[in-house]
Amino acid sequence: MEILVCARRVPDTSENEIELNSAGDDIERDDLVYSVNEPDNYAVEEALRIVEETGGMVTVVTVGGEDDEEILRREMAMGAKSGVLLSDDSFAGTDGRGIAAILAAFVKRGHYELILTGVQAEDGAAQVGGMLAALLDYPFASLVNSIEVQHGKLKIGREIEGGAREMNEIDLPCVLSIQTGINEPRYVGMRGIRQVASLPIPTFGAADLGVNGNASAKKAKVWRTDYFMPPLGKGAEILEGSAEDQIAKLIELLRSKGGLQ
Amino acid sequence: MTEVFSSPAQATFWFVQGRVLFWIVNILGTVCFAYIVARRMIPLVRAQRDNRFDHPFARLANLLKFWFGQWRHPRFIGAGTLHILFFSGFLILVVHTFAFMSLGTADHPIALGGLYGTVSDYAATIVFFCMLVLIARRLSKPARYAVPARYGKAHTADAIFLLALIALLMAADSVFEGSHAAGMARQHMAAESLPLLSLGWMFQAGFAAVSAPVLANLYFGSYLIHELAFFFLLCYRPFGIQFHVETSLFTVYFAKLDRGTVKPVRWGVADNQLDQVKSFGVKTFEDFTWKHILDFYSCADCGRCSSYCPANAVGRPLSPRFLTTKARDYAFRHYPMFGKANNGTPLVGNIYSDDEIWSCTTCGACEAECPLLVEYIDKIVDLRRGLVDDGKVPQSLQKPLKALESRGNPFGKMEKKRADWAKAKDFAETCSVPVINGAGGARTLYFVDSITSYDDRIQSIGRATAEILNRCGENFSILGTVEKDSGHDVRRFGEETLFMALREHNTEAIKASGVQRIVTSDPHAFNALQHDYKDLPPVEHISQAMATKVRAGELQFKPVDGNDVYAYHDPCYLGRHNGVYDEPREVLDAIPGLKRVEMRRSRDRSFCCGGGGLALFYEPKEEQRMGVKRVEMAAEAGANVIVTACPFCMVNMEDAIKVAGMEGKMTAIDLAELAAKQMS
Amino acid sequence: MARIFAYIVHKNGVADDSAAELASAARKIDAAQAPVAVVTGWGGELDAVCESLCGGFGEVWKIGHEVLAYPNAELVRQALAKVLPAGAIVLVPHAHFATDLSPGLSIRLNAAYVPDVLGIDGIVTSDGGATLKLVRQEFGGQVNAHVRCDISSGAVLTIRPGAFQPAESAAAGGTIIDQSSEVGVLSARRRYLETIQPEAGAVDITKYPVLVSVGRGIEDPENIPIAQELADALGGAVSCSRPVVDAKWLEKSRQVGSSGQTVKPKVYLACGISGSFQHLAGLKGNPFIVAINKNPKAPIFRVADVGIVADILEFLPELTTAIRQQ
Repeated sequence: MEILVCARRVPDTSENEIELNSAGDDIERDDLVYSVNEPDNYAVEEALRIVEETGGMVTVVTVGGEDDEEILRREMAMGAKSGVLLSDDSFAGTDGRGIAAILAAFVKRGHYELILTGVQAEDGAAQVGGMLAALLDYPFASLVNSIEVQHGKLKIGREIEGGAREMNEIDLPCVLSIQTGINEPRYVGMRGIRQVASLPIPTFGAADLGVNGNASAKKAKVWRTDYFMPPLGKGAEILEGSAEDQIAKLIELLRSKGGLQ
Repeated sequence: MTEVFSSPAQATFWFVQGRVLFWIVNILGTVCFAYIVARRMIPLVRAQRDNRFDHPFARLANLLKFWFGQWRHPRFIGAGTLHILFFSGFLILVVHTFAFMSLGTADHPIALGGLYGTVSDYAATIVFFCMLVLIARRLSKPARYAVPARYGKAHTADAIFLLALIALLMAADSVFEGSHAAGMARQHMAAESLPLLSLGWMFQAGFAAVSAPVLANLYFGSYLIHELAFFFLLCYRPFGIQFHVETSLFTVYFAKLDRGTVKPVRWGVADNQLDQVKSFGVKTFEDFTWKHILDFYSCADCGRCSSYCPANAVGRPLSPRFLTTKARDYAFRHYPMFGKANNGTPLVGNIYSDDEIWSCTTCGACEAECPLLVEYIDKIVDLRRGLVDDGKVPQSLQKPLKALESRGNPFGKMEKKRADWAKAKDFAETCSVPVINGAGGARTLYFVDSITSYDDRIQSIGRATAEILNRCGENFSILGTVEKDSGHDVRRFGEETLFMALREHNTEAIKASGVQRIVTSDPHAFNALQHDYKDLPPVEHISQAMATKVRAGELQFKPVDGNDVYAYHDPCYLGRHNGVYDEPREVLDAIPGLKRVEMRRSRDRSFCCGGGGLALFYEPKEEQRMGVKRVEMAAEAGANVIVTACPFCMVNMEDAIKVAGMEGKMTAIDLAELAAKQMS
Repeated sequence: MARIFAYIVHKNGVADDSAAELASAARKIDAAQAPVAVVTGWGGELDAVCESLCGGFGEVWKIGHEVLAYPNAELVRQALAKVLPAGAIVLVPHAHFATDLSPGLSIRLNAAYVPDVLGIDGIVTSDGGATLKLVRQEFGGQVNAHVRCDISSGAVLTIRPGAFQPAESAAAGGTIIDQSSEVGVLSARRRYLETIQPEAGAVDITKYPVLVSVGRGIEDPENIPIAQELADALGGAVSCSRPVVDAKWLEKSRQVGSSGQTVKPKVYLACGISGSFQHLAGLKGNPFIVAINKNPKAPIFRVADVGIVADILEFLPELTTAIRQQ
């Protein structure tokens, strides 16, 4: 099976506090480290498992610039057969729909039976997968946490409320957005990345893809004007003092709210 | 001297002349043995190379101490004494064996009488009775020998069979002597008297009333039995644990000399050529080095390693003994005596499980016990290298490894905050911790390492250490935000490439600083800088620095108040791996009024706290935490304060105190913290 | 001004709470307009839902089709694309179904798409057209962002649950309009098979008035007894956030959140939980929220009633002891 995984390079925010930069128009990026978006990594692992079973190969694609090549190499070190960069100055400032249009143009150049994306990235939008499917007129399913390959179709599970799993059948070719926890991704270390360091990464621009302005800032319908810190608003009443004082006050409050038996 | 019987060479055994018969037996036996040994050597020839031919004098010294001197054996006094007895017996009997053989093959056999004859007679007697005791031990089943179902079956019957055969050998020898002496006495010929109370003497006494023809049968029969049993044993030993009789000499001679560090990925391949190596680590049996395979052959299955392994004690799926015996069984299965070897199956997933390999904390207790100096840490690291190479790293370890790669510490915290521990408000006012800025600065580097830099609780060990260095008048600095994790446990968890990157980075920074001495409060960093890193200035642990000052009278302490009883816990990488046992104790004993007790497992038998570095992130399947067992040992020894000299031990002890519900009954304190508190 | 539609999620004949929230959000876009509720489904349940919505919406568009009995996003999208007028603004509650439905819907309608909207700051009109000013969050809730959306050809917005309080006074007295016949033939290359319920755990956290909930801050599965002791002292149960389940330290049935259980306790102690909206989405009924966390900047402090900046591994045992002494 030929599988395409759409990946993205994002800042690592788990341990680190995000702060606004001094100009106030973006977050402070100087001390950030970047890596592949975690759900995308799960998607690549899932794709690798599928081709280990059915044969074929996995291609990883990203929209961005030279800096983004590092995540392609990381996924190639993991086992993806090739990495592709879609890059053009005109892409700057485009919105989610624009990204999806760029990816759709790339998909149409090849013959991919299955296209995977991670469920969402750092902007929490969870949009590119669904848009890509609509642009290609492929069936779509989001929040996929299990995949079973059948003939010409897949049996998939989706994560829904209450921890339940919605089982669906979906025809190929299709687009799926993958939820974390679907598998346990294999480890990729420095050695693996070094081994793919000099493999070529084909790059395609707007003209190669034939997007011609559909994915530019001018055509964007959504744009961010600035970042700002969420106002504390009412917020919590922070209990001060020693641990003993805090505990005493807390017990008083718990009792008044019916929390003590 | 006239002989009552002809020699076995001249006698006739069922129409075959003795000499012919025994030449045939000898030649067949020897050829068989040679063939068997040659087959056993095949995997060694196919294995990876190993650098074991250097430092011949040091190796000979090891041979004298550990093989000849049986140095490790008395650690288990009962079994150890027995082994020393019959090992000495065997050595003594070596010459006797050849002389004995010549009785059946030569017309002029080698005659060995006199003192040697007496000594070898007693040797045979002692060996015989040792065998009986050993058989009894096998039947009474000491705990150490037990084989849990998941590891296979015990080889009790086989062991008893072999022990019985050796006993038979001794008995046959003694029957031979006894019947000869009895025969001489019967003929009133002058007889050499057998040594009093030796086995031969007993048989002689027992044969006093036996008729001459029977004596003759006993005489020739016992010789025949002896020779057959001897060659049978010779050929049978390579099929089990008894092979160590032949291989132990080599295993001890070729034993690892530089125990502080881990073997390179591939001997003979320099670090900068590693990119050319296709596969890292041990994935199939043939990826082991020949010395490791020799270890598998030499293991006597005594179980001493496992009985001291902390992972085994807490119910993790790791038992060092079975790592070896499973590999040995694999070797015997895949390299049979006849037919083709079938090799190349992955080990992890077949004879080993992933959890088994990741459960090891590299504490070294197994290597400290093994009488044959079998090596475990290198094998585990090599197996881990293989798993890392294939991407099979547990998810719980992937996150800290990734953080180490991107941020230089396993917590994923920002580099720019690495030196913030020194800026704590009250502390910074009284104690300055300069950061190195180019060369020509301080004389001493305090290498802090990651946990002391970033963990809220452990930072106080860093501050205490800085206070001590200040008080001792050290001109010291830290690397600050330029410092990265020493990589000690990155290496031992199999991520060699990442380790080399960390090492290169830190080495450059240290060299650029121009310091002449390095001090650390972290035994893992201590071990790494001393053994894994190259060409660095001398490295000391803070306990050693303090002990020097205490001895010189330059560091004194206020008395402790209260009635606390302190127990010192030897950290694995300070104590067992680096032999630093006395200095921390000296420092504690220099504190007036401090009552100190020893736990029942201390010094080189210290019980690992649970592991440091990446071991803190791994989630093993276990019945209990190692730390909990350790704080219980402290309580058992009558202590209510456990003193450690390692930040990882501290984390594990404090955790264990909470989990074991011993809050209020036990506290933990670091040696540096205690010293800083009591410094006068 | 384009017409505003609210897609209504419903179950067992009852509209989801989000319906009123969507109505409220619609009013913030255009106070002068009574929004239209759009409901897909089949049979008596669909009818019941539509009836219940008349009070809050100007019109209720009913789209009934047998294949829509189970909400298959692929089919719903087709139906909506056929029924909704060009340039419409469509609101969907931001949850699992929206992730399936909405991005593709925005393409079908050739409309702008903004997911997970927290706030609506009004419309700006210029000769280029109309732009909606919105507020979203990024980086797991650590920063907010002002976002603009060009609504000249319509928009699909997914609305964060709980971000817009239902407006009391906005009664609209709507009529039900049956749009079912506009839909025509619906077929999809994705077919619903069945729903697998999670294994019932030994403890049903939805039944407890007090929950001691642990997050990543519990650090180690061996520390969970610390939370259990506090829960015992309070007559409650231990629940958790997603990372604890992903790490397999507690069963899935203990998880509170959009992909876990929805709970309505009286008191909720969030211990070592950062406060992501997916977690808070599982907390309903306005409980008294106590947040205990080492990080004073954790988002949970914005939504909690009372906060304590402390290490839960030290604070909880002390709290337990104090409670036992009461």
